[in-house]
Formats: sequence, C-alpha cells, structure tokens
Amino acid sequence: MQYLTRRLVNAVLVLLGVNLLTFMLFFTVNTPDDMARLNLGGKRVTQESIEKWKAERGYDKPLYFNAQQQGTAQFTETIFWDRSVSLFALKFGRADSESAGDIGHEVGARMVVSLQMALPLFILQVFASTAFALLLVMFRHSRLDFWGVVACVLMLSISSLFYIIVGQFLFSRVLKLAPISGYAPGLDAAKFLLLPIGLSLIARLGGEARLYRAMFLEETAKDYVRTARAKGLSEQVVLYRHVLRNALIPIVTSAGSYLPYVFLGSLVFESFFGLPGLGAYVIEAISKQDFAVVRTMVFVGSLLYIATFVLIDLVYTWVDPRVRLS
Amino acid sequence: MIALMSGWPKFVLLWTDASIWLLLAALVAYGVMVLRKPQWAANWGKVFRDAPALASSLVLLLCLGVTLLDSVHYRARLPAAEGLASAAPAYEARTRSLLDALLSDLVDARESTYSRPLAYVGFTKESLLIGGEVQRVAPRLQFGGAHLQNPAANWLPDIAARGGTGLLWGALAALVLGAVGVVAVALGSRQPVGTTWGRIWRRQTAVPWHVALQTLALICLVAGPAMALSGPYHLLGTDLTGNDVLYQSLKSIRTAFVIGTLATVATLPLAVVLGIVAGYFRGWADEVIQYVYTVLSSVPNVLLIAACVLMVQVFLDKNPGLFETGAERSDLKLFLLCAVLGLTGWAGLCRLLRAETLKLRELDYVQAASAFGVSHTRIMVRHIFPNVAHLMLIVTVLEFSALILYEAVLSYVGVGVDPSMNSFGGMINLARSEMSRDPVVWWSFAAAFGFMVTLVLAANLFADGVRDAFDPRAAVFRSRRAVRSRKVV
Repeated sequence: MQYLTRRLVNAVLVLLGVNLLTFMLFFTVNTPDDMARLNLGGKRVTQESIEKWKAERGYDKPLYFNAQQQGTAQFTETIFWDRSVSLFALKFGRADSESAGDIGHEVGARMVVSLQMALPLFILQVFASTAFALLLVMFRHSRLDFWGVVACVLMLSISSLFYIIVGQFLFSRVLKLAPISGYAPGLDAAKFLLLPIGLSLIARLGGEARLYRAMFLEETAKDYVRTARAKGLSEQVVLYRHVLRNALIPIVTSAGSYLPYVFLGSLVFESFFGLPGLGAYVIEAISKQDFAVVRTMVFVGSLLYIATFVLIDLVYTWVDPRVRLS
Repeated sequence: MIALMSGWPKFVLLWTDASIWLLLAALVAYGVMVLRKPQWAANWGKVFRDAPALASSLVLLLCLGVTLLDSVHYRARLPAAEGLASAAPAYEARTRSLLDALLSDLVDARESTYSRPLAYVGFTKESLLIGGEVQRVAPRLQFGGAHLQNPAANWLPDIAARGGTGLLWGALAALVLGAVGVVAVALGSRQPVGTTWGRIWRRQTAVPWHVALQTLALICLVAGPAMALSGPYHLLGTDLTGNDVLYQSLKSIRTAFVIGTLATVATLPLAVVLGIVAGYFRGWADEVIQYVYTVLSSVPNVLLIAACVLMVQVFLDKNPGLFETGAERSDLKLFLLCAVLGLTGWAGLCRLLRAETLKLRELDYVQAASAFGVSHTRIMVRHIFPNVAHLMLIVTVLEFSALILYEAVLSYVGVGVDPSMNSFGGMINLARSEMSRDPVVWWSFAAAFGFMVTLVLAANLFADGVRDAFDPRAAVFRSRRAVRSRKVV
C-alpha cells in the first residue's frame, strides 16, 4: 500500500514536469502572438485581430509571471497557470484552428475508435509473439529455430509502412477482401478493423518474437529448469509450467510498454486506413499546425503512459510475489 | 554555415557535411586506438569473426562511401558574362555534391513523367499525331533507350548485351578486388599469399574471409550490370516528375545514414555525462537526473518529437537569414531534426549507464582510487567511463537501424526531413498514392523497399555481432530491452 502511494505521488510529480516541459516547448518558442498570426494567416493581420484571437482563447495574459497583479495572483493570472489547471481538470478547451471544435469531446469520441483497434491487437500481439517464441524455443538449436530467427530479423528490418502499403494493395485492391479505408460504428467496424489489426500484428511479430525468444532462452539456462528436468518432467511440462511462468515477468514489462498505445492508437495505421482515432487526430493536427491539439495530445499521452506504468507495477506484484516483499 | 572560397567552384560546407566528416575523423581515430589496445582489438576481432556481421560491415562500408561522396557540396561557377570578366564570379543557385557530379548522367536525363524500369516508352499514353492521324500511344522517352533505332526488336538484345558486359566487368572487378583483399590478408598475417588463399578456400581462417569475398563478389556482380544499364536506360524507372529513381535511392542513403549516425551520437553527451554523474554521486543529483529522464520518457516519443519539430519549423520560418539556398535550409532542418532526436532520445541509455555506474562504484578498484584521494572527475573519466563504454557502443549501433526505420515514419507523420530532400520516408510517402493508381506504379516503392531493407538488415546484423562481442555477461536480453525505448507505432 505504501509502495503504491509512493508510486502515485511520483506519478503526479512527473506529470507536473511533463506539463512544464510541454508548456515551455509550445509557448516560449512560439509565443501566442505568433500563433495568432499563423492561424489568422496572411501578412495583413492587425494588432487588434491578434488581440481578439488571443482573448477568445484566453491567451491574453503573460506567460509565467504577471507583474500587474498582487500576491498569488501574480502566478495564477498567467497562461501557464490557466493551461495547467485546465489540463489537470481534463478540460482541454478548443482547438486553435477555426473549424475544429472542442478538444475534450474529440478525444473522448476518438479514443473509442482507437480502443476498438488497439485492444484486440494488444491481446493478439502478446499471444502470437509468445506462441511463436515458444515454438522456436521448443525446437531450439534446430533448423526450424535458425530459420525462424532469420525470418524474425528480416521481418524487423522492414518498415511498418511497407507492410501497410503492400497489405492494403494485396488484400484491398487485388483480392478485394477488405475495404481500403474508412470506418463505421458498431459491429460494421469489424470489417474495417480486421486488416489493420492483422498487418500491425505481422509488422511487430519479428521484433517481439525474437525478444521473447531471448527471454525464454535466458530462463531455460537457469538452475531450476535443470532441476525440473532432473526430476524427470517432460520437456513440455518444463516449458509450459516452469519456463513460461517465469519468463512472463520480463514479457509483462515489455508488452506493457505498448499499453499507452492501446489508448493512443497507432499514428500510422489509423491514418493509412482512415480510422478516426486519436493517432489520426495527431497527424491531422500536425499537418494543420494546430498547436492546442498537439499540446493536449502530448499531455493525454503522458498521462496514459504514467498510468500504464503504475498499472504495470500492480501487475508485477501479482505475477512476481518477490516484488511485494521488497 | 561556412562557405570556402577556392579554385573555381565554391565549396559549401553544410551542417550535416561537417558533422559527417567530423564523425569519420572520430571513427578513424577510434580505429587507430583499437589497433593499439589489444583488449579492444580482441573484441572487434570477435565482431568480424561473426560471418553475418562481417558481410554486413562490407555493405555498410559501401553505403558509407556513398554518404561521403554525397557529403562534399559545391556550387559550380557560371561562365562569366561577356564584358563582365572582372566582375565578381557568379555561382549556380543549385548546390551539388560529388555524387551528383558522378551521376550527372542520371540527373540530367530527366523525363517528363513516370516510366517503367528499363523502359524506352513513357508510362502514360498521350495523343500524338502519327501520319496525319491522332493516336493514343505511349511516347518514346527522351533519354531512356533513346539510342535504339528499332526498339521493338532491339530492346531485349540490347539490354541483354549491356547487362552481360556489365556482369563481365563486375566479375573482373570482383576478381581484382578479391585478389587485393587476399594479398592484404596475407600481408597482415605475414604468410605467403598461396597458403593464405588455400586456408581461405578451405574456410580455415579465424575471420571468415570467404564470406567477405562472397559478399564482395555479390556486390560487384550486382553493381556491374546496374552501372552498365543505368546510363542509357532508367534502371529503376522514373517518378512523377521524371527523375531517376535509382538516383533518388542513392541520395536517400545519405539521409538515412545522417539520421542514423548523427541522432545517436547526439544522444551520447547527455546520456553519458548525466548517467555516470547520477550513478556516481547518487543523492540529490541522482534524484534530479532520474526525475528529468522520467519526465522525458513519459511523453510518447513520436509526440515529443513532433512537438519539437513543429517548433523547429516555426524557428526556421522566423529566421530566414540563416541559409542562402533551399538546399541549405533543408540541410539545417535535417541537422536540427537529428538534434531533436538526440535531445529526446537519451533517457534509455542514461538509465542503463546509471545502473551500471551504481554497480561499478562499489567495486574495489574504484574504492581504492577514492581512498588514494583521486578526484571525483578523474575517477569518473578514468575508471568508470572506460568500463561502461561498451554499453554506449552497443546502444549506439543498435539505435542506428531503429532510427533509419523511424525516419520513414516521421516523414510520413509530417515531421521528418524536408520534402525537398531525398529520403526513403519521402519515397514511401509518394508511393502511397502511386500504389493506388491504375496500372500500378510500383518501382519507386520497390526501390525504396530494396535499399532500405538492405541497409537496415545490414545494420541489424552488424549490431547483433557487436552486441555479442562486447557484452561481457552476454546480458543480451537486458540491453536489448532498455534500448527499445524508441518505438515505432
């Protein structure tokens, strides 16, 4: 319990740091005046229209320190304070560009789409990679293992973009098995999601399986495995009951670091397949230079990231009793 | 930006050029040091005893050669206008590199639009007036196969003849280079050439030289026909604006190389200094440094880079005085991208070095040095750093391939290199729309795929060799996990 509290306090501190970092990055390099000019566009932007744009978005205050106010208001009547408080309250405000609406609403709606793709993907990914790695380990030092590893290295040397483009071409255009891109809510989503999930699975399989194989091999070299064999247990039992369980610890850590992306979605896959998820949202914002959206997404991303690591720690205490004791 | 005045062309030293040459100098210096230190030489010997690593080091050397050729930039002098002989010399607005000069045939042979690999007619049909009648035909290319009198009949024999000649030249080059290599090995091991050759042939050498020779032969046999055919034809076709795809791919190698090397090297200063300081002093310094890198690594990598690059873009737009030409602008952008990747990517290595230093500082030799009154700085530089340097090397080599893959994704997201600069990411980006055309324009995509997989695969295999040789506890698993902080999503 105490351990958990410490982790949570730590997480909040880190989140504060992230907030400061993103604020510095976005507001110091690129002052609100610049943002206004960029968004209003053109050269004939008057000072009044800039002031109006800033007032609409609450950017008409000093950045960090307000000398005109008294007492604590010197710090609270600033953009930094406003932005930080609203971010921590999860009120994201409106986007910089005119057409886009409320960021909070968008994030909520899009997270559902991202989850639909990423959650099944995450579960399948762990299963597929573990299964493939186990297969290789079962036939270790054989020809199957050798060529399996060769295939892994080859697969991880190919950019995920290639998998997407070839997959989309092959399955959607030539074989016409899946729609090229798009999205429909409800059960119809499945036919749009199948291809991106499958391709994403293949794209990551090489790297993951090789890593897991190494983890399994590290375990099989340990004493308890030799003891188990000496007891006369069959190779299958040794692998499934002993090695698999112990190798789960590094696998949980490794797989867990992907969890934030379960919510954030995959930048590349979503935009290639026209899925209106969070990843596609980021790409749109970048191409429109909508700093408010990118800033919010950096914050949301780190929030999820930190939450994930607290979660992983919890899972750790469950899979590895030794952690609870220390 | 420094522009040197000399002779007649005006040499332009771009930011990335300077960095690449500095890195090469550092690499050579390191090589000399390795030869002097038996321990290091033994480790590197182990790397090259690994057959895949040896073969891929040859491929990487080839790419390095291309990169270096493409890192000497100049602006050619324009012929002085009549009557203005005494005026200040004028230079072309375009910045070229030595590679451009070598491949000037490819650069100048610009078609009007797409054409298939080795084609003599264009890809799209146009309405032409033939014998007083308007017909929809694919027009002859301006350069590709322009020497053919009767293309329908001569095309295939011409390609076969040229390809065959190229293959012969390639084989000849392979023989000559192989002979030089064998003689060099013989001289190095102080044995007669005949004996050395016999041992290589029977695969009895410690370093698998036969693999090196095979790789060399393969490279020559591919390069020979490619060189023979790329002059009169477009070996890999042309893109939308009619530029040669082979040329673009060769130029992209430099971009990939620059990102792979500069961005990893940029992570080193912060990671090494902060990692060792945190591990050595512990206490509040450790807390602060840990806090900083936790904050940094809590922001999803792509988002952080995207944010930084957007800011770089704003900075460049605000300061147009920093560059004279478009090439200089895109180069500065590439340089800053590497800096951004470095500043955002040091957390993983820093964590690793901190943990290692924590272990090392408790060891007897460090304690002894401390008891003798050796200063903290000196202990860190003389006793800790050399003993964590292998981690630095392993991570650097591993990151190289990851970054090349990463560049493609970043370019797709829109925060990569400048669109005017050739890069694999840019090629793939364009390929997306090309693949949805009917009939499909596949060659740009295939070329990017081929070059990129070769480069990344070589880098991966080399990295594996280095890791296996340098990791004393063969703690393969741990270092690999820590490195995976940078994820491609």
